[in-house]
Formats: sequence, structure tokens, C-alpha cells
Amino acid sequence: MKAKGRSIYVELERCMACRGCEIACALEHSESKDLFAAVREEPQPVSRVSLECVDGTAIPLQCRHCEDAPCVTVCPTQALHRIGEGQPVLIDDERCIGCKMCIMVCPFGVITLREGGKVALKCDLCLHRIEADEMPACVAACPTGALQFPTIEEITRLKREAAARSMKEAATASKEQR
Amino acid sequence: MTDHKVPPTKKHRSGPAGHSVDTAAQKMLNIAAEEGFEVAYDRYAGMQPQCAFGQLGICCTNCAMGPCRIDPFGDGAQTGICGATADMIVARNLAKRSAVGSAAHSDHGRDIVHVLLAVSRDAAQGYSIKGEAKLRKLAKEWAIPVEGRTINEIAGEVAEAALGEFGRQEGRLRFVSRAPEKVRKRWERMGVVPRGVDREIVGTMHSTHMGVSNEAMHLMMCCVRVALADGWGGSMIATELSDILFGEPKPVVSSANLGVLRESHVNVLVHGHEPALADALVAASQLPDVQAACEEVGAEGLQLAGICCTANEILMRCGIPIAGNFLHQELSVLTGAVDMMVVDIQCVMPALASLASRFHTKLVSTSPKARFEGFEHIEFEEARALDSARDILMAGIRNFARRDPAKVYIPSEKSPLIAGFTTEGVFDHLGGRYRPSYRPLNNAMIDGRLRGVVGVVGCNTVRMAQDEGHLGLVHELLRHDVLIVQTGCSAIACGKAGLLTPEAVDLYAGRGLKEVCDAVGIPPALHMGSCVDNSRILTACIEICREGGLGDDFADLPVAGAAPEWMSEKAIAIGFYVVASGVYTVIGDPLPVLGSKAVTEYLTEGMEKDFGGKFAFEKDPVKAARLIIDHLDRKRAALKLAPMIYEPRPAETQGKVWEEMRQAVAVGAK
Repeated sequence: MKAKGRSIYVELERCMACRGCEIACALEHSESKDLFAAVREEPQPVSRVSLECVDGTAIPLQCRHCEDAPCVTVCPTQALHRIGEGQPVLIDDERCIGCKMCIMVCPFGVITLREGGKVALKCDLCLHRIEADEMPACVAACPTGALQFPTIEEITRLKREAAARSMKEAATASKEQR
Repeated sequence: MTDHKVPPTKKHRSGPAGHSVDTAAQKMLNIAAEEGFEVAYDRYAGMQPQCAFGQLGICCTNCAMGPCRIDPFGDGAQTGICGATADMIVARNLAKRSAVGSAAHSDHGRDIVHVLLAVSRDAAQGYSIKGEAKLRKLAKEWAIPVEGRTINEIAGEVAEAALGEFGRQEGRLRFVSRAPEKVRKRWERMGVVPRGVDREIVGTMHSTHMGVSNEAMHLMMCCVRVALADGWGGSMIATELSDILFGEPKPVVSSANLGVLRESHVNVLVHGHEPALADALVAASQLPDVQAACEEVGAEGLQLAGICCTANEILMRCGIPIAGNFLHQELSVLTGAVDMMVVDIQCVMPALASLASRFHTKLVSTSPKARFEGFEHIEFEEARALDSARDILMAGIRNFARRDPAKVYIPSEKSPLIAGFTTEGVFDHLGGRYRPSYRPLNNAMIDGRLRGVVGVVGCNTVRMAQDEGHLGLVHELLRHDVLIVQTGCSAIACGKAGLLTPEAVDLYAGRGLKEVCDAVGIPPALHMGSCVDNSRILTACIEICREGGLGDDFADLPVAGAAPEWMSEKAIAIGFYVVASGVYTVIGDPLPVLGSKAVTEYLTEGMEKDFGGKFAFEKDPVKAARLIIDHLDRKRAALKLAPMIYEPRPAETQGKVWEEMRQAVAVGAK
């Protein structure tokens, strides 16, 4: 599987607000990758995805890996970077000076500071998992399939099909009315 | 965008070899995989990943303001809406589970009391009091007069006294007096002496209600107290009165695994936990008209066998063979040869209904407490027990005609075993008929022949290969000269693997253990019954203390407990009453408490100071064995016992069968 041409896709109606994505993300980025051991780790593992709530609707939010990413543009030390076109936006901890400019410009608020405040923290799209042909941890953990990792082509095709179907239904309904 | 449906990712584990170390199970699981029959392992795979909040115990659904979940990584919410912390939530959830486990064993015990009461009033058909000696002994213990009274009069008063233990509101349970003084004193100091069985269950359930007990340590005491009401109450009553009613088990030869089913016979399986119906089924199966009915439908006879603890009960007393343990229930249906499965209570998977619908197997529920969609319900009435049992058997026999021979596959696996050891019966074995005594057992420990005695008990779980935890641990302990006592699905696991035979001594036991077993003529692992019969392990510890030389407190003895594949709430209650009685206990999967540092530390460290025993969580059977062996050695050192006479038996000398099993597990783990 390649990261290029794919995107995290959220089907909001399916989200049960279980916070499984948050736990799976923290676990994936823990030392032990084992739940029972990770809860005792110091520093504690941190999730890069967060479940936001708007008027009772749960919305899992993580880095969108913008193609023209303001965080990459604004980073003074090139700590925020891409390894190639269409690849996820990654952060080089060694280069990050903790200036928080990325946090200022991110339209989604999904870049945070590590405990201690010296280095910025964000979703890496589980690039290591994708390279091993596995879904990002949050997607793999989602029990209802609310979080998905389809190709852009899959997303648009299904959207077109749904749009076409609703147009057909509208047309049929208006014919019947006449 | 609801049209865009991507199914959740399913992480399928490796093939059938990874699901069980039992070759019969592997064969059946291959069939299931090939033919597309869904079993528990498939549902487990479909359930991945499982909710971390639940596993860590930090999800609270106690009130309708919730559910509340505590962020285990410290980022999000650290208290519930009411303000409960992770410690409180974990402790409350655990106390509830301990209460449910205690309730399950105790309500089973209560039913046995009712049967005894009915028998004493001549109101139960087909039963008699088969354990008169035990009845008289218990009457004496409870100061119930026996002189000049009929057996039924004594039984009636004992049964009424036993019923009183459930409703007792003050004082303490009668069996508490059995505990060594030091153990009792600890309970008094900690304020956990169990009053009445129902009293403790209701009290604990109340304490866990929204806004009642919100101190983790107080809730830990609830866990203990309600569990003690099980081990030294409900379960002990169940064991004692079952022995009185159905007879004290005596060593009996039988066999275990799916190979006990017979193609030529009507196969009726019992499954669940209570002995009352199963005992009547055994009696009914010997009626001439039942035999005639079998011949009428073209069968050679009736084969009765069992799953789980109902099976253990009639194995011990009647020698009825065992078809398998918990994870064999679906596999038995897959043989296509089970004409009827009769279930009572506990550990019965509702999934059996859909599986059985693809075979001819008739599923019958019998308890007023347990019904299952897709099962036929024929309620068992003790007043007409024998007729009731005959009706049930006849329905099974009629169903034989519907069996499709093309679908029948019975794996050949069937291991001989000896079951039926009890606290009292062990006397005969250890000391011989003329000198019944625990002296030889205690001496063997004192002299360094036996390292100690370990109870290996508990369930099966899909979280590890079936029987891997039990067998891995038992093999490792045997080679270190540890005598094993067993109940429940663990006993069945060892039965299937041939460990409950004297022959297993030569194959697996260390030299010191071999000398003891050979001298006495016992298997290196002793089948002591069903899961309520864990109370027998408590009474055996009492006898070891009483015999002297090893301390007068459970906490001093070179003993330990283990439940490598536990999964039920009953196991939580058992764990607590064993630990709170002073016995170090290693369980496989951790209790759902790791979301609370305070509770985890109390269970695995702090409890020892208060109760003499503590928990350890270790899933790897070899590492679990190491923990236990180190513990036994520490206790031996504290008692200043002689060093062990012999070196442990080298692992590689434990025979080909075990090596193959280990390899199967290794393959499965990949």
C-alpha cells in the first residue's frame, strides 16, 4: 500500500465516540505497543488523533496532511517536511525548536506540543504501518469503519455514485408528482 | 455517504493449530474453517480490536449520566461526571464482578440445598442420601443432634441450617469456623468476615451503586468479603451437600475428549454446572425402557457424556466420560454426532443455537434461571426428577433418527483419566486404609521430596490457545516436584492430555514427586471436581495446617493457586477468596484493573500484608510457573524446610507428546 493518493476519510454517521482511535494512536506511538504495559509507561503515550464533539456529534480529527501545508511553509528549521510529493507531512524532532509557528497556522488545530513543550507533535499517518501494508492504527482500530483510508479515486467514485443516485431519485419523484 | 461501506478491518489469527493445543480441537476447527461454520475464535477475530477502556476497567456505566471513560494516558478526562476517579471506577467494577461470581456459585449451592430439603421430605423422586457419613459429620460440626433420629430428619435439619446461611444477617457463616485461627483473625482485623451469603452479595451490589462507596480500598474489602461468602459459604455448601446427596466421590476411571462420543450410540451431552439433573439423567439412562427406546431407533445404546462442570460432577461420582471443556462446546456439535445437548446454568454459549441449526443436534435448556433463544425448554422438576430425566432422554433418542451420517465425524482422541479425589478421600490414598492421614503429604514437603501443592483451576479463553495455559503450567510444575490439584475446565484440559493418570508420573514428574505418587499410587495431578469444588482445595489446606509441621496458617504453606485461562466472573470471586485466605495466586489475563495504579498495586502487592496472599498476572505459562516455584521456595525457606532432594527433571525429558504440543503452539503463535 502506498500513502500517496490516499487520505483518512471519516464517515461521521458511523462514529460511536468510543475513542478507540485515540487509544490505538497512543498505543501505536508507545514504547511497548502493548496496552497493559503502555498504561505504565513514562512519559505516557500520546494520541495524535482527537475526538471532538460538536452539538453531540463526535468528530475524529487528525492531520489532513495538506498538499500545500502551511505548517511546512512556515517552519523555520524545516523540521516539518515531506519525504516526497503526496507523502504525509512528518516532523523531525531533532530539528524542531518548539517555536509553535506550525500550531499557529494549522487550520485544524491538530499539531500540539509534546509534554515538556519543546517539540511539536502530530500525526505521521502511521507511515511505517502503511509501508508494511497495514492501515493506519486509528483506521484499523475503528470498530464501525467510521475511519477509513481509501484512495482519492475511491472516495470520489463513491461520492459520484451517491450523487447520481440521489439525482435519479429526485427525478423519479418529480415525474411521479406530475 | 452511508453508501460508502468499508467493513472494519479483521485481524485473523493463524489457523486452527494456533487456537488449541488439543489435536481433537484442531481437527474440528479445520472442519469448521473448511465448511464455513463460525466458532468462538472467528467471533473473537471479528471483535478485534477490543475496547481498551473495558480491558483496563475504566469505563463506568453505573448511571445514566454516563458512560464515563477515563483517559488511561492522562490526556483527557481523569474523572467521571460524578467525580469518580480511575481508582474508584476500577474498584467499583471489580466489586460488582466479584459479587456476580459469588452469586453464581452460591445460587448453585442454594439449589443443591433445596434438593436435599426435598429429599428429606420425600418430595424428590429418584434421589436418596448417598453420603450418609458426610451428613453425620456435618451435622456434628453444626451441632445438629443425630442420636435416635432418622437420616431424613437429620438431612432436613442440615438443609434448613444450610438455607439459613444464605439469609443470615448477623454473626458469621458457619464454615468460617473451619478456617485456621490466624486466617480468621486477619479477616476480623480487616472487617471482612462474611455474615450471610445473600447479605454480602446485596451489600456489595449496593456499595457499587452510583454515589455509594467511592473509596478504592473500601471497595477492595467488598470484593474480598463477597468472595469469602462464596468460597467459605455458597461454594462450600454446594460441595458438602452435593457429597451428602449424590455421594462422596471416590477415585474412578473414565476418559475424556470428543472420542468418547460413539457413532453407534445415541449421544446425549450434559453441559453447565449443576449436578441435580445430570445425576437423574445418569439414573434414567440405566432404565430398561430407555435402552429399549435406543434399540428401537436403531442405536446400540445411549452414550452420556459432558462438557464443563456438570460433566465433572457426574464424572467424579458415576464415571461418566468427559467430552470436553468450555471451548469444546461448539466443537462437540460440529461432530454431527451429538443428538442432544442438555444445558443447565453458566458458561453455555448462546451461539450454540445457530450452530446446532446446521446439524440435527437438539438443544434443551432445563433451568428456570437460564433460557436461550433457539433452545427447546424442558424444565427440570426435582419432584419428578427421574420422570423428568427420562422425558429429556427420550427426546434425545427420538432425535437420533434425524442424524445425517454423512455429517458425522468423531475425532479419535480420548484419554484415560482418574478423577474423584476429595479432601477426605485423599486420606485413604496418602496414608493407606489403616493409617489415613495427611502425615505422608506433609512429610514429603518437609523432607524436600515435594516442593509444594498447587491448585491449577479455571476456564478456557479464546485469548490464548485452548489448554495452552493449563498444560504449559502443569508440565512445568510437575517437573519441579509440585503436586497438582485441579478442578473445572483446567482438570478437563489435563484429563484430555493424559495428565490425570498414574502413567503421567513417569512421563512428566520430577523424581521426588514420582516417589510420592508411586508410593501412594496416585496421578501427579488430582481431579478434585467442579468449580464450586475449589472449596475442597480450601479444606485440604485446612488439613495440611492441622497435620502440622508446615505452619498453622495458609499463608505459611508451600502452596499456590493458578487460573491460567480464566475468563468468567466466577473466576474473579474464586481468585479473591483464595488470595484472601492467604494463598498466592497467578492468573493469566490480568484482572480488568490496570487502568488504576492503586488497585493494581494493592492486588499484586498490598494484599499480601493484609491477607497473606496476593495476585500475579502472567500469561506465559513457563513464566507463571517460575513465579510459583519461586514463591514455593520462599515459603519453604521461611519454614526452614529441608532443601529439595532432587534437581528438577530436565524439560526435554517430558516426552514426545508435550514437545509436539509446544511446537503446535509455537506455530500457532506466529
